[in-house]
Amino acid sequence: MRLNIDGLLVYFPYDYIYPEQYLYMTELKKTLDAKGHCSLEMPSGTGKTVSLLSLITAYMKAYPLEVTKLIYCSRTVPELEKVVEELKTLMQYYERETKEKDNFLGLALSSRKNLCIHPTISNERDGKIVDAKCHSLTATHIRTKHKYDETVPICNFYENFDAHGREVPLEPGIYGIDELKDYGRKKGYCPYFLARYTILHANVIVYSYYYLLDPKIADLVSKELNKKSVVVFDEAHNIDNVCIESMSVTITRRTLDKCCNNIDTLKRHVQKLRETDEKTLQSEYQKLVDGLRDANIARETDVILSNPVVPTEILQEAVPGNIRNAEHFLSFFKRFVEFLKTRLRIHHVVSESPPSFLKDCLQKVCIERKPLRFCSERLRSLLKTLELTDIDDFSNMNLISNFATLVSTYTKGFIIIVEPFDDRTPTIPNPVMHFSCMDASIAIKPVFDRFQTVVITSGTLSPLEMYPKILDYRPVTMATFSMTLARPCILPVIVSKGNDQVAMSSKFETREDIAVIRNYGNLLVEMAQVVPDGIVGFFTSYSYMEAIIAAWYETGIIDNLQKCKLLFIETQDAAETSLALYNFQRACENGRGAVLLSVARGKVSEGIDFDHHLGRAVIMFGMPYVYTQSRILRARLEYLRENFQIRENDFLTFDAMRHAAQCVGRALRGKTDYGIMLFADKRYARVDKRGKLPLWIQEHLKDSLCNLSTDEAVQVSKWFLRQMAQPFRKEDQLGLSLLTLEQLESEEMQRKLEQRTQYI
Amino acid sequence: MGERLAWMQAHKNTFTISHPYSDIKVQKISPDSKEKVQLQILMYDGSANTFHFNHSQGREQQLKDRDTIKELLQQLLPQFRKKVSSELEEKNKLLQEDPKLFQLYKDLVVSQLMTAEEFWANHSAKLSNFSNDKNQTVGVSAAFLADIKPQTDGCNGLRYNLTPDIIESIFKTYPMVKKKHAEYVPHKMSENEFWTKFFQSHYFHRDRINFSSKDMFSDCAKNDDDEIKEEIFRNVNDPLLDLTQIKDGSLDEGYGSITEEKRGSVNPANLSIIRRFNHHSTMVLKTCDIQQQELDALAASNASGEPSSSAHLNGDQGANKSKLTTTNNSYQPAEKKARIKEKIQYTDLENEKNSAATSLRLTKMERYLHGPTPVSASLYSTGDDIVQAAQIVHQKIPQWVPSLPQVLPVHIALSVLGELSPGGSLMQRTSQQDLQQIIPLHTQEELRQTYSALCELLRHYWSCFPTSSKFLEEKVVKMKATLERFHVNKLNPFKEQLLNQHYSVNLTGHMEEMLSAAYNKFDLWQAKRQVKR
Repeated sequence: MRLNIDGLLVYFPYDYIYPEQYLYMTELKKTLDAKGHCSLEMPSGTGKTVSLLSLITAYMKAYPLEVTKLIYCSRTVPELEKVVEELKTLMQYYERETKEKDNFLGLALSSRKNLCIHPTISNERDGKIVDAKCHSLTATHIRTKHKYDETVPICNFYENFDAHGREVPLEPGIYGIDELKDYGRKKGYCPYFLARYTILHANVIVYSYYYLLDPKIADLVSKELNKKSVVVFDEAHNIDNVCIESMSVTITRRTLDKCCNNIDTLKRHVQKLRETDEKTLQSEYQKLVDGLRDANIARETDVILSNPVVPTEILQEAVPGNIRNAEHFLSFFKRFVEFLKTRLRIHHVVSESPPSFLKDCLQKVCIERKPLRFCSERLRSLLKTLELTDIDDFSNMNLISNFATLVSTYTKGFIIIVEPFDDRTPTIPNPVMHFSCMDASIAIKPVFDRFQTVVITSGTLSPLEMYPKILDYRPVTMATFSMTLARPCILPVIVSKGNDQVAMSSKFETREDIAVIRNYGNLLVEMAQVVPDGIVGFFTSYSYMEAIIAAWYETGIIDNLQKCKLLFIETQDAAETSLALYNFQRACENGRGAVLLSVARGKVSEGIDFDHHLGRAVIMFGMPYVYTQSRILRARLEYLRENFQIRENDFLTFDAMRHAAQCVGRALRGKTDYGIMLFADKRYARVDKRGKLPLWIQEHLKDSLCNLSTDEAVQVSKWFLRQMAQPFRKEDQLGLSLLTLEQLESEEMQRKLEQRTQYI
Repeated sequence: MGERLAWMQAHKNTFTISHPYSDIKVQKISPDSKEKVQLQILMYDGSANTFHFNHSQGREQQLKDRDTIKELLQQLLPQFRKKVSSELEEKNKLLQEDPKLFQLYKDLVVSQLMTAEEFWANHSAKLSNFSNDKNQTVGVSAAFLADIKPQTDGCNGLRYNLTPDIIESIFKTYPMVKKKHAEYVPHKMSENEFWTKFFQSHYFHRDRINFSSKDMFSDCAKNDDDEIKEEIFRNVNDPLLDLTQIKDGSLDEGYGSITEEKRGSVNPANLSIIRRFNHHSTMVLKTCDIQQQELDALAASNASGEPSSSAHLNGDQGANKSKLTTTNNSYQPAEKKARIKEKIQYTDLENEKNSAATSLRLTKMERYLHGPTPVSASLYSTGDDIVQAAQIVHQKIPQWVPSLPQVLPVHIALSVLGELSPGGSLMQRTSQQDLQQIIPLHTQEELRQTYSALCELLRHYWSCFPTSSKFLEEKVVKMKATLERFHVNKLNPFKEQLLNQHYSVNLTGHMEEMLSAAYNKFDLWQAKRQVKR
């Protein structure tokens, strides 16, 4: 249908529309007009992606000079492919409606692992190995060597692409991962490099968060993207953690030992080169004297995305004299590593800020801050000069150099914590140095600064006001949309006590209590008796799940459970868990029914949907608080309190609730779907916790459902399931939660819709 | 000779008594107090035979003889009885589930136009297929291990009660145990010892950490691990489920902070319990597959037994199987696409699509619309002709000048108009179109029944030709008589009934034509036969 969104003609590839989709697009339009950032929350399964794509592409077509590119970031590979597929549907619809071929180019970019078509390398399953092998065939010096010596292997796909691929741009169309591979095979081009080259002029790019947020990758891939782009972070409820992860470094004894080996290897290489070909080293030296001026010019003219790892000041200076010479640099590096080793040789926990660390460094080994900052650039240059192929072997050295640069660059927002042993095994010395980022805004700042509009969206972003605080940006719109429903297809229930009236809670003081464990077990067994097909249970942490399952086994609860359904459990091994998931799905499909026990914050809770019969009920056992004894978390909480005025408890609750919402939200993937959401912890009933659930769940969480015992919950569920099992037709929805174009345009509906959105 | 009980006198070579087991209702033996040692068999039709045992070595031996026979019969009779009754049951069910068949049965068998055997002989295909389909296998309960509840026997021991069902479940779920069982029992140890060992082993208990090498089930555990690895390799390639491949561009080692997720588990025993549960559920689920495969194989072999339909069926199955194997090995992009498409689809946002019916592709549309018409150029006009004619008419009309003196007289014009309005003789074709509305429902129903009964009979009749055997010849004659009976008893009354209701259309015409065609054939055939003689 063709919609009129605030004066913009939007092609929407369906015959009907959900009211919230219309509202979502209206808000998005306002943001684009204002050229600002926004965060929008809309329930999962209400067609967020298609609304986003429809509106932004329509905007790009209407105002080609205002918005030139859409950068769509998603979290997982399947997500990414879904987006491409939706985009394809949309473009087909455009073509059908406008009757003309569109010159619209959209493509997905993924890692080499997913895009490689080289006959042998593509068989590898590990991403790092693929990267390394690819590099060993496509590095510049390898290719130069190949010119003199035919026996040096190269990748024909890359050669072909390098020779011809850039001459003719990719034909307009939508290219997913498979389409790119097909195209690559047909033309003999390397799909990965083709995609990387093409994103510069494509209209829509779909790729993973890391390409924009991880400074190491963003610098390579995304730095030349146009400023007038719209960036969308979908499923962004966890974005702060992604930011933090990409800026944090963990160093163990093994890392340092390997790093020492690396340095020795490099020394040998340098020596060899010094004997055979001194000119190369000389020219490298010259380049370093000239400094990183080129990069600086590029940044000033605003053609690149700034890299937080390489701060602006560095670019204006030449590399300091004491590390220009390769040998000098290596011995300098060696000294630094030795210093780190002494830091790890301790018997008590040390926590300090980067400045005090640097001061210590200066005192003990006379390493100043300035050369440290150039470490990663210097190492990169050296590796390039030495023409080493197996870059992967030097990952440890790379890690240390990045650490050196980071620690000397940022005085604020980071902390260094050295733990001599793991808390749970205090007798075994296992020193670890955590260099942890506490401020999520550091990694994402360049994105907000550079791009005209950044959209942060997810099904569970509540409470919305938290995100601008921790990411440090000023949104022009913040809105949350509820789900209009013709029938109440979710049943959120808070179970606070067992049949014996003992309160259920996963809080630390009671979690070992046998009565609590038994009550959790009985809840699961009783639900398994009434709920058809699939049930998914989430625990607060892996170790807690293990302990509970062991206790359930001892008390025979597992046996009772197995009488009703098959049991599958997430393990820490991803492959094993995948198998469990596969079998879980099959058990649901062949009618046996199954229970999947899993962990909040685990891989399953982040990436797998349990739509329809796969998840008729989701049970949250306890509140998924993070491990609060962790020193890194403590430091972060303190930082948040001091710099962003966020109270510790607020943040912890926010974090727990967003994960709980994320877990239970996995069960619902559309308006025809239905599911029970059980929160099994009495703490959920408190106002401060309940209020942090997304609006669309809160709406259905009536007071009468907030303090139930197990058997009451089972009764309510039975009643709910019977209701939902009735046939549900389109006519039931039409006019309420599903609109035709005429209904949408009627004045009455417009007035109703205006009251729907909740701004914050 | 596996189906009959027979008795022969010592010096004769024909059986004096011979009964199918299925006819025997019950056997009776004389009480031990009686002097004569006898065994009586009672038939369903009421008759009975009594056998008197007179072994020369006296009463002891006679009793022994009698008992062996009795026991043999005891085993055999229930088998045959079950078969008969199950067959009956099946027929009954078939009739209940298929109203059309039931009507036919009523029309033909109940009204004694045909015998029941003849009727079923023709529908036996349905019967056997039917029995195949309904044979549903029962899966293994997930909790079967839990059902073996140990009981204390009072003196510091535990008793486990095993039933054959449980043993079967164990074998099905853990093929390795079955193998072990075959290896050890009964050469190395007794059945009892084996199961004692099994329950004592850590394999049965879920915390499998400290396996001693002495434990005979230790390699089973190893095998389990291998099995899981194999399963992972075989099944985990669904891009939507594979957690190892789901992340794009993960962080390198050393970056990021260690979260709890990355820490190892505290207690290895707990981990092994979890892995064991997963393995158990996987294996239980797998037993269904194995049974399904066996069934498929059975069906395939059955199908190839039937020459007529086998080619098609086998082809289908072969195709299915090859498809299965390919999907197992790698996930095809097309399939992946389909799955993703399914995931992103919002069915309620789209207009309901008409169910994708196969479209009828006709080479000659006119023939389909007009039915087979005798090939004569004048009557048969193609679409082009009609269009042309219409065009010509269109062109002519503007030039048409009415010549008033030559118009029709009033009464002729009126009568023509009458004929052309609905009900008139020229409009018969149009009235035929709403035949459905004209004729009441029950008559339609009756017509349908008569039709199907007649067709069934005719099918029997025509299937006799060419008459290659004496039996078929007899059948032809019999069928002819049946047809005539049907004509008189069923069709004619129906026709009269229709006449009473004054329908303009001849509804029974086609049936009569079919009958007369059959009669003609019969006459021809008989004439030929007489000539031959």
